[in-house]
Amino acid sequence: MKYAPLNLGRWILWSATALLFLAAPQVFKGGFALTMLTQMGTLILFALSYNMLLGQGGMLSFGHAVYSGLGAYVTVHVLNLMGKGAFYVPVPLLPLVGGLAGLFFGVLFGYVTTKRAGTTFALISLGVGEMVFACVLMFPGFFGGEAGISTNRVVGKPFLGVSFGPAIQVYYLVAVWCFLGMAAMFALTQTPLGRMANAVRDNPERAEFVGYNTQHVRFLQLVLSSFFAGVSGALSCLNFEIVSAENVSAIRSGGVLLATFIGGVPFFFGPILGAIVFVFFIVALSGFTKAWLLYLGLFFVLMVVYAPGGMASLILMQFPVMRAGRWRELLVPYALAALAALVALAGLIGLVEMVYRLSEQGASTVLTLLGISFDARSAPPWLAFAAVLGAGLAALRSAARRVGERWGAIQLELQAKAQ
Amino acid sequence: MMQNAIELQEVHKSFGTTKIIHGVSLAIHDGERHAIIGPNGAGKSTLFNLISGRYEVSAGRVLLHGADITNLRPFEINRQGLSRSFQVTNIFHNMSVFENIRCGVLWSAGSRYSFWHRVGGLKDVRLRAEEVMERIGLARRRNVPAGTLTYAEQRALEIGVTIAGGASVILLDEPTSGMSRTETAQVVELVRSITQGKTLVMVEHDMGVVFGLADRISVLVYGEVLATGTPEEIRGNPAVQEAYLGALHKETASA
Repeated sequence: MKYAPLNLGRWILWSATALLFLAAPQVFKGGFALTMLTQMGTLILFALSYNMLLGQGGMLSFGHAVYSGLGAYVTVHVLNLMGKGAFYVPVPLLPLVGGLAGLFFGVLFGYVTTKRAGTTFALISLGVGEMVFACVLMFPGFFGGEAGISTNRVVGKPFLGVSFGPAIQVYYLVAVWCFLGMAAMFALTQTPLGRMANAVRDNPERAEFVGYNTQHVRFLQLVLSSFFAGVSGALSCLNFEIVSAENVSAIRSGGVLLATFIGGVPFFFGPILGAIVFVFFIVALSGFTKAWLLYLGLFFVLMVVYAPGGMASLILMQFPVMRAGRWRELLVPYALAALAALVALAGLIGLVEMVYRLSEQGASTVLTLLGISFDARSAPPWLAFAAVLGAGLAALRSAARRVGERWGAIQLELQAKAQ
Repeated sequence: MMQNAIELQEVHKSFGTTKIIHGVSLAIHDGERHAIIGPNGAGKSTLFNLISGRYEVSAGRVLLHGADITNLRPFEINRQGLSRSFQVTNIFHNMSVFENIRCGVLWSAGSRYSFWHRVGGLKDVRLRAEEVMERIGLARRRNVPAGTLTYAEQRALEIGVTIAGGASVILLDEPTSGMSRTETAQVVELVRSITQGKTLVMVEHDMGVVFGLADRISVLVYGEVLATGTPEEIRGNPAVQEAYLGALHKETASA
């Protein structure tokens, strides 16, 4: 904690974030980019709320979609009732409705799940997730069955010309809520509860011996987290105008875990990066290839094995080296490693795409990659891609060793200087 | 009549069929420094765990300032004014020294589970944490992660976290274990100063520390209290010499 009267760095960072939200649709123009940006905003909120559990509270949840999904269901019903003229809630405040719904279910289910920590918590959260998913299918009257419930976000008269019909207006609604949610969740890390959540994560036993009921800490942390999950659920409801069983599914719960982990669990801003990359994978990549899930899975495994602190840790690692003015020495090794990785990736993509093409019934087996056409039923492309992959991996290995050596040497010198 | 800070009444503890504590009755007077000694495996740490709520008592009662605290949860006992340290350092390794101490302060400062206060803005909490850091001699290590402190510093921090909440009854489990002679002397001075006007119960192996610090001593052998008394009484007690001190003298002589 610094006692500077004005934490300048923090102000700059938050202002820059706000500007980024404002400017993003001007920089990335077009309907597709806007779709992606809106989904990123929603997932950023969801992933940050998930990290309140995993990163800050040490709770590995396999059922976080329950809170966002049920928040979305409540929102969709409120929206439909508004459409029928039953009552009126300003559309920009609907995320609050979703949030309160999330909070309600957080109280309900969290009471059970947070009774235990660790593996038991993870298992109970999985069970609750499956239970809710089953219930959604069992009560089609409320949940709309597999097809879900659709809605129309344009209700009432436009206010100052804003009807939330156009996608750009939805984007800005998401952006405002995402920014507010980010700020609120960051503020929560700086409260007594936020600090004790860290304490309970690191050493629950000692936390009990300084007067804290670890179960209460976990419970409150989960309830607050499910509020923000509910907000993100409401935003996705407004964005897609449909809520279905998929919203509460284990796939969603697993997705947010993946996104959060890829971004970096130990850092507050990690899930933001993770959400951006994750949406890129599921929205952009899925348009190009059927194998996107495989690439995502592979990326996730690589991160877990080689960078358990996620992308955030990889970035933060560079700062001390940059500050010492030694980053230039790493540029060449980094570039070589990136090049080798690209070669290996090209080989891998070739093989994977051929497999997918062959597994498809009735599809042409002729593929075109980088302007070169080839037939997946003939041997030469297989041999060629395997060779490229092998050469890329070999090059990556030696390049990685070079990065490691240079990195180690710089670290040693920096340490020696510090002492 | 003198009020007892802690009173154990016929306390028993078994793990499965193994009996560790057989009917210990013990009164710790308010404001005294009380040491519990005994050979390895006598049940000293178990006794601490029973008093502080880490283990459940199999039979018997534990009173804190006359109130029954038998089998309450550790945080409930802590809130009633009893705080303990651990033999194996048990701190928040990823947090800084300051944050460790602050964790010890928060509940007693009334912060409870607040998520509407900025922790950095709580002046009382900060001042108290700074005062504790000053007392345990870690003020200049304020922002160092606890995991990177030296062993002796971690032991001091262990004590700091224990006393941060201002508990009136302090249980210290081998505060000097694994320390050099100089470090031990420093810890003795630290313990003496922080327990001024408080009740101290400590488990300790170093007889120099015990006889220099304790007002009274209890000897625990095979889960039973063999004797309780002033250092002079304990030193002169033939049964104690037979069971424990004698053996210890022989050990030191042969070492």
